[in-house]
Amino acid sequence: MILFELIEYDILRVIWWALLGVLLIGFALTDGFDMGVGALLPFVAKTDVERRIAINTVGPVWEGNQVWFVLGGGAIFAAWPPLYAVSFSGLYLAMFVVLAALIVRPVAFKYRSKREDPKWRARWDWALFAGGAVPALLFGVAVGNVLLGLPFYLTEDLMPMYPGNAAMKFIGLLRPFALLAGLVSFSMLLMHGAAWLSLKSEGAVAERARAIGIKAGFVAAAGYALAGLWLAVGIDGFALGEVAANGPSNPLYSDVTRDGSWLAAYAIRPWIAIAPIAGFVGIAFAVMGLRAGREVSTLLWSKLGIFGIISSVGLTMFPFILPSTIDPNSSLTVWDASSSHQTLFIMLVATAIFMPLILMYTAWVYKVLWGKVTEADVTENSHSVY
Amino acid sequence: MEIGLVELSRMQFAFTAMYHFLFVPLTLGLSILVAIMETVYVMTNRPIWRQMTKFWGTLFGINFAIGVATGITMEFQFGMNWSYYSHYVGDIFGAPLAIEGLMAFFLEATFVGLFFFGWDKLSKVQHMVVAWLVAIGSNFSALWILIANGWMQNPVGAEFNPETMRMEMTSFFEVLFNEVAQAKFVHTVSAGYVTASVFVLGVSALYLIQNKHKDLARRSIAVSSAFGLAAALSVVVLGDESGYSASHTQRMKLAAIEAMWHTEPAPASFTLIGFPDQEARETHYAVHIPWAMGLIGTRSLTTEIPGINELVEESEVRIRDGLIAYDALMTIREQRDATPQAVRDTFEAHSENLGYSYLLKRYVDDPRDATEEQIQMAADDTVPGVAPLFWAFRIMVGLGFSFIAVMAYFFYRASFRQMQFPRWSLYAAVAIIPTPWIAAELGWFVAEFGRQPWTVDGVLPTAMSASHLSIADLLITLAGFLIFYSVLFVIEMSLMVKYIRKGPFQDVDETNEWQERHEARLRTAIDIPTSNTKPAE
Repeated sequence: MILFELIEYDILRVIWWALLGVLLIGFALTDGFDMGVGALLPFVAKTDVERRIAINTVGPVWEGNQVWFVLGGGAIFAAWPPLYAVSFSGLYLAMFVVLAALIVRPVAFKYRSKREDPKWRARWDWALFAGGAVPALLFGVAVGNVLLGLPFYLTEDLMPMYPGNAAMKFIGLLRPFALLAGLVSFSMLLMHGAAWLSLKSEGAVAERARAIGIKAGFVAAAGYALAGLWLAVGIDGFALGEVAANGPSNPLYSDVTRDGSWLAAYAIRPWIAIAPIAGFVGIAFAVMGLRAGREVSTLLWSKLGIFGIISSVGLTMFPFILPSTIDPNSSLTVWDASSSHQTLFIMLVATAIFMPLILMYTAWVYKVLWGKVTEADVTENSHSVY
Repeated sequence: MEIGLVELSRMQFAFTAMYHFLFVPLTLGLSILVAIMETVYVMTNRPIWRQMTKFWGTLFGINFAIGVATGITMEFQFGMNWSYYSHYVGDIFGAPLAIEGLMAFFLEATFVGLFFFGWDKLSKVQHMVVAWLVAIGSNFSALWILIANGWMQNPVGAEFNPETMRMEMTSFFEVLFNEVAQAKFVHTVSAGYVTASVFVLGVSALYLIQNKHKDLARRSIAVSSAFGLAAALSVVVLGDESGYSASHTQRMKLAAIEAMWHTEPAPASFTLIGFPDQEARETHYAVHIPWAMGLIGTRSLTTEIPGINELVEESEVRIRDGLIAYDALMTIREQRDATPQAVRDTFEAHSENLGYSYLLKRYVDDPRDATEEQIQMAADDTVPGVAPLFWAFRIMVGLGFSFIAVMAYFFYRASFRQMQFPRWSLYAAVAIIPTPWIAAELGWFVAEFGRQPWTVDGVLPTAMSASHLSIADLLITLAGFLIFYSVLFVIEMSLMVKYIRKGPFQDVDETNEWQERHEARLRTAIDIPTSNTKPAE
């Protein structure tokens, strides 16, 4: 098949780097508000009816939203196999905790309201809280660790090695900067969940959500600014020597040094400043919207904020995807950690066919479900809602 | 490589995969049965069919939740526990998994919410379309997963790239239309249809025994026995197709399943039953059916099927050949662009057997240092555990044939005996509810255990595929999964039982009212046979 040579290998790699961002952002924008609602649940909803209102705002859509995450995993596997191999095995116990949270969450949604027993429901409410809060926090911690670099190396056979014992490897992830990144992602998704609840619910639930969302927005913006400052003064970046943009995907062929700052990227490509600006602007308008009680626009601003923050990480690190602290030459970059030319092309074709379809039918589903979830909805349709 | 780590990784994968597959077959089949019921509702406008859709839909939902949740583990476990595998074959194996997400999983997951929440928000036809989209999504999901798995059994359309130290795709078309994958797909989804049919049949039989929800139960039996009969036939036929494709793609697996130690003159006999002895390489007390194996495996009277001993000898030759490739690969890796063309040619000529040289890594770090004895041991390693495969396969096939008999019986009683079911048959239908799950799990056991010692047949040994984690890592997650999954299982079973006990609880008044009118009409029709009004609604 010569067809795949229609698009140059290096261009395909950049496209797939961007698509990786699109999937992660898609996940944060959609499943992000589900997780935010889960994390907000104990604080915005006091009675059983209120809790059911909050849960049912995401009830029909969380399942589709979560596929962004699963697809993200699949796309990393297909397009960036070394990234999939190194990060998932390197962050082993952290991944297990995320998995546990993501398994308990679907089950909690489905099962919570299937029994009347208040104790049963209270237990599942905690599961929903943990299922939302834990991944929201840990994804940020993971991103923080990626910026710091992970302690892995590749053998000559390209076997990923991640030295250290189980406990130290897990605790080693909880570095101060990574925890700050976790705080940013947690508060950002809380704000997003609050914006969603303000759109989809009314009365006490929406009011409490707005109050928490405003605070979360401030925390997210302050934490993000602090993280930027920290990157500027306290954390070394990585630099790639000679670039072989069309070379084979063997990370060991590249020459990587650890010097300068990640923020040097803003001197080389000043236009990328648009990402952090979008992050701050989005959060600012979302907070104002929550204050003023605007609904649709608030959710959209919140999405812009999340889009800006996540894309700023990728743009700052480009072309690095996963740097290594203990053996910089093992670092994974856009130019040496992708699938083959042909696989990237085939996957692009598949994405070009199915992604528009996905966006279309997802939009249709949201349209059908448009409108607020009211008290009457959950009390009168006890059988067909959560 | 510590063996303990590999064993633990395998145990975890086996546990989480087999657990996941407790829920998948029911999802595959019940999604279609529910969509069929809703279609009947839309076509006839009879409320009983809507009630059936909602009732079985509720059970579908309870099952679906855990199926989806445990599927996430599967998607991530390759990277977590099998990182060398992920690196080595991700270029091929990752693509079907990602396309599964794009094409299938998004579809089913997006619409499943609407299925449950959309009854008042959609028109009847729209809602039916949503039900079908969920069913189609689930089934397409299985297609892509089995294309990925089929490639592990029969790795076509790929070659090794010395520069990147991994397998890379050469033909997506070959991966897609891999004959093993296609046979597996139909076999697996049919098994799912049988599972759901047996489930619906069994629960309905329980209602008839208890003398309740009889209208729902009778109709459900009619649908599930017809659907189940077609599916049960398809499982067996496509299982045979799998056997046929295995005879030329996975000969060792086939020989092990049949406990065929020596090559027999064609057509080979089929060992119906016996006691395989791995040490002595013979099967005690074997009962043979002449010719049967040759006919099933090769569909000819003259083609030989190689026995285990001959295949071990062949493996030894391939290991030696693989060592030539391995040696050339090491030179290519050291000298890169300066590698003489002759070395590259040598590698090309022997790279097909590179994976066989890796079998030696279990014994020595550098396969080239292996002794004659170690080469012999590695060749012997290519024989999977014969007795477990032999028995698992026979139980699975026995169950498969019995499903045809069960479904045919109920289909006959439902269609030609006015839905009159003897009491013993109802008890039997309840009793066999667990059996399709047993058959499905055994099927996966045969497929995956039978592929050992490889993760990708002839390409990458299992022992090399695992991540270099610590034993503590594995013990923590294995214990975590065991506890966590057991709790989920208890919860899911208790909810299933609760909702089966509760029976249909939606649209009750409307349905009962219609049912009374319907029966009254039927009585009138019998009383006045000459009535030439339209057929009963």
